[in-house]
Amino acid sequence: MKAPDFAYVKPATLAEAFGLLENPNAKILAGGQSLIPSLNMRLSSPELLVDITGLAGLSGISVQGNSIKIGALATHAQIEKSEDIRKHVPLLAQAVPHIAHAAIRNRGTIGGSLALADPAAEYPACAVALEAVFIIKNKTSERRVNAERFFKGLFDTDLKPGELLVAVEFPVATKSDRSVFLELTRRHGDYAIIGLAAHNSRFVFLGAGSTPVLIKGDSMEKAKAALSKSLNPSADLYNSSATKLHLAGVLLERAWNTITT
Amino acid sequence: MEHDYDITLTVNGTKVSRRVPARQHLVDFLREDLELTGSHAGCEHGVCGACTVRVNGEIVRGCLMLAVQANGCRVDTIEGLSDSKELSKLQTAFHEHNALQCGFCTPGMLMAAQDLVLKNKKISREEIRTQLSGNFCRCTGYQAIVDAIEEVINGKG
Ligand SMILES: Cc1cc2nc3c(=O)[nH]c(=O)nc-3n(C[C@H](O)[C@H](O)[C@H](O)COP(=O)(O)OP(=O)(O)OC[C@H]3O[C@@H](n4cnc5c(N)ncnc54)[C@H](O)[C@@H]3O)c2cc1C
Ligand code: FES
Ligand code: FES
Repeated sequence: MKAPDFAYVKPATLAEAFGLLENPNAKILAGGQSLIPSLNMRLSSPELLVDITGLAGLSGISVQGNSIKIGALATHAQIEKSEDIRKHVPLLAQAVPHIAHAAIRNRGTIGGSLALADPAAEYPACAVALEAVFIIKNKTSERRVNAERFFKGLFDTDLKPGELLVAVEFPVATKSDRSVFLELTRRHGDYAIIGLAAHNSRFVFLGAGSTPVLIKGDSMEKAKAALSKSLNPSADLYNSSATKLHLAGVLLERAWNTITT
Repeated sequence: MEHDYDITLTVNGTKVSRRVPARQHLVDFLREDLELTGSHAGCEHGVCGACTVRVNGEIVRGCLMLAVQANGCRVDTIEGLSDSKELSKLQTAFHEHNALQCGFCTPGMLMAAQDLVLKNKKISREEIRTQLSGNFCRCTGYQAIVDAIEEVINGKG
């Protein structure tokens, strides 16, 4: 289908962007790889699209001491190709190729994916596993939110109207850190049936609830016990809740074996 | 009333200026305003890949980008890559392997395949399938498409 009518502005400065976002019917447009399909399917009908891709300071990947800062506008493809990410945030590097397809990764952004908070998306689970910090700005101030507190519900985040997610900080991996990303799909590039971002003793499932689901466990037994207690995945078109729970256990075991060997 | 905007972009090497509605996607602009009907519109929500074009050298979904967003960009379509002969090896291989039947998916397939040709000196069938997972073909069963691309990248076995 075709999108409904809307106005379009591409601000050159943050101040201009925040001014435009005062309109309650304005919507932020980043890579457009989730927003434009929803417009095409007429699931959303904003009055104004504020294209943030011209804003300086929201892109780039930089190592800053013990953390690595990824601008909201960094695309999946840029993250996939980044040497710094491969070296310092290996979990993210493993996760990116699972996101959609090359043509979509060329435009989709990390900021857009985190702000959308699709429960089956890869980045939100990685952010929770790695205890990433989100940097959020509005017209007058800046605040920092931990990943665990950012994801509130199904497609619901801590972002308030008029706010922009400007960057995310991930800790630089240390020598003793072990992490692994695993995902099951029917076809490469599809959203996950179930997936797991594991970092040391933090196991975060995607596609398993309305937000990324964190399970902690410093032994396999503890993690498995926690899994059956806290995971209640909803069925999808092809898989029952019981199937997903079973698959989650399979991924947990695989991750545990990878991390401990 | 529709919201219209002036855009200037370079399409297949030629500079064009037009006035477009904000809601028009790039693939409809190419097809309807510029009559470049080689890029196809299938699903219009990013899953089928029939609309694949190149923007500033990288492949994108023509249905998931607005024409206004292409302002100032370099856009290359199947017509441009075909005329410049950039695609001739792939086109010959597709022809020889019967890698198309109705042809609806073929322009998008070729754009995605050429991206692989440019980025790989050697490739496995598995990698070709992974990369083409974003391009649907309802006719061929993919085997012949993978054969054709494999031959162009790895040479005749
Ligand atoms: C066929 C297909 C398959 C896909 N498969 C996957 C997959 O397997 N895994 C996956 O994770 N994703 C997948 N995606 C989605 C893709 O990764 C998107 O790129 C991503 O979800 C959104 O990023 P975007 O930059 O395109 O955001 P947009 O579509 O531009 O925006 C998404 C939402 O976030 C808001 N927003 C954007 N940027 C900001 C910001 N900086 N601050 C505040 N709000 C903001 C927008 O207003 C909008 O509500 C798929 C998409 C398609 C079309
Ligand atoms: S028409 Fe664009 S992906 Fe199907
Ligand atoms: S040849 Fe018909 S869809 Fe591919």
